[in-house]
Amino acid sequence: MRVVIAEDSTLLREGLVRLLALDGIETVAAVDTAPALIDAVATLAPDLAVIDVRMPPGFSDEGIRAALEIRSRWPEVAVLILSQYVEERYAAELLSGSTRSVGYLLKDRVADVGEFLGAVRRVAAGGTALDPEVVAQLLVRRVGSPVDRLTPREHEVLSLMAQGLSNSGIATALVVSESAVAKHVNAIFAKLPLPETPTPHRRVLAVLGFLAAQKEAR
Amino acid sequence: MASTRHTERQWSAPASELRYRGIRPGYAVLHIATGGTIGIAAFVTLVTLVWLTLGLVPTVVGALVCGSLLLAVNSALSAVHRSRMRAFLGLHITAPSRVPSDRVLRRLRLVLTTATFWKALAYNAIVGLALFVIGVVLLAFLGAGLVCLTAPIFDTPVTLGSWGLSTQSPVTLGAVLIIGTALIVAVPPMARAVAYGDARIAIALLGRARTEELVQRVEHLAQARTGTVDAADAERRRIERDLHDGTQQRLTALAMNLGVARATLPDLTPSAQAALDQAHAEAKEALVELRGIVRGLHPAVLDDRGLDAALSGLAARSPIPVSLDVHVPQRLPRPIEAVAYFVVSEALTNVVKHSGASRAQVMARVADGRLHLRIVDDGAGGADPTTGTGLTGLRQRVASVDGELTVESPLGGPTVLEAWIPCGS
Repeated sequence: MRVVIAEDSTLLREGLVRLLALDGIETVAAVDTAPALIDAVATLAPDLAVIDVRMPPGFSDEGIRAALEIRSRWPEVAVLILSQYVEERYAAELLSGSTRSVGYLLKDRVADVGEFLGAVRRVAAGGTALDPEVVAQLLVRRVGSPVDRLTPREHEVLSLMAQGLSNSGIATALVVSESAVAKHVNAIFAKLPLPETPTPHRRVLAVLGFLAAQKEAR
Repeated sequence: MASTRHTERQWSAPASELRYRGIRPGYAVLHIATGGTIGIAAFVTLVTLVWLTLGLVPTVVGALVCGSLLLAVNSALSAVHRSRMRAFLGLHITAPSRVPSDRVLRRLRLVLTTATFWKALAYNAIVGLALFVIGVVLLAFLGAGLVCLTAPIFDTPVTLGSWGLSTQSPVTLGAVLIIGTALIVAVPPMARAVAYGDARIAIALLGRARTEELVQRVEHLAQARTGTVDAADAERRRIERDLHDGTQQRLTALAMNLGVARATLPDLTPSAQAALDQAHAEAKEALVELRGIVRGLHPAVLDDRGLDAALSGLAARSPIPVSLDVHVPQRLPRPIEAVAYFVVSEALTNVVKHSGASRAQVMARVADGRLHLRIVDDGAGGADPTTGTGLTGLRQRVASVDGELTVESPLGGPTVLEAWIPCGS
């Protein structure tokens, strides 16, 4: 796998290169600004771009803007955003259109090497890796939104669903029977305009796509 | 501007501190002499200009030119008189604020409709003329006194009205000397009294009206406060940026390297493994704590995407379910957004800490140029808004942008915290 890293802190940039190398992932370019990132993606055609949000010169949301540009110009390049903070607004912008090949994680997650490398591989393979904090923010109840019509229990179930748990996983987490979970899931799908999808993975993507669209619509 | 005023005050008193006793006779005489001299010249000039202006009304341009000249001369004379007060009486009279306008006609209209111009004109022409007359009278006193006292030398009879007082007889000579002395001795106190009266009139006619002074002061204070609020905001942003670019990155790198060490170091002794595991866990804890602190200072998303987006993060991080009802269609001024975020953040912290609530709702609306925030919980109530540093700090922060804060918390709940913050939109 070939990766481009955009991170303005030298310490973290070099750390990330080492960390990815542990798993045999090759860093083809490590840059520190958004324009340099775009150049690198254009010339090197990597499989994945790992991107910091705040970079020079503006130190605001350069990374998010660059990620959106990459997703629209080179949809085959996966993007993984790393940030000291996660914000649902940025997540909504990233997920709108497509929930494929995208990740948005707190930088803290790099400390758990195994899980982080797993997320990198998942995103590069076309999957999604969202920080639980992002999911929590996407699921914040807004008056008038369909999410607000869910009961507290249904809200919990949806939150676990969005994190990628299967019905049996949700049942274990909430200490209820699997049929009770199935009932909640049916109620959720009745209240939210979501298509019934067979696999848990597709279901997660449907939920996230729906939530992102909700946020974008505001 | 503030500093110049300060230095001026070191050697001249403000209008409220004028005292008759503080006026020195010699200066009083000079004060009247200059006032009278300027006064008679000013009277002639101003009357001429007024006549010319009125007479030239049919030729619009002529009237405009003469009128403008009149305004300029009048305001220059006022300045001269004010500096005369400062030079001879040590009195500082604050000039009325200038009429701001670049267009001649508009400026003329504004000036002519304010009392400032007419009061100054009255002083410059009428009081100036009176000073001239009084000055002449005082000069006459002085002259007559001198004539009396020098009469014995020249040996001429002194005529006072219809009386002729000879200097030959000791009685009449004595009378002449007494009258002469009295005339001269009377001049200094009269001069002081006249100078005092003149100064009082000048304060009223050439100075700034009390209300105008207060208005200016309020504006000045409001400006100073806005500056302080802005500075505090900027400082919070700076600290947030410093922590983000420095400490947080270092700590992240530390946690990452500890993670790498854990994943790659083979065959550690149990105690070394335990130490490494604990260091790794501590580093991650520290990251979480630091993130909480930094986000409390000033969340970056507040600047990038506004209040609505920033509140999502607050709601998601709250341990109890928080429902949002936010309708703020446009971006608000940054200090307002920062205060609003702080209000919701503190209110939710209080709800979690003290109320025992199982859920809370946050509402934000903009109406009538004010941002209305309302945070309701379903807890036990009984919060005393007068105690607790949290609520006091909240109230102060809201007051710093002219906002109001109310807390209603009957026993048994619900607790409703509301804030209204002017946002100029």
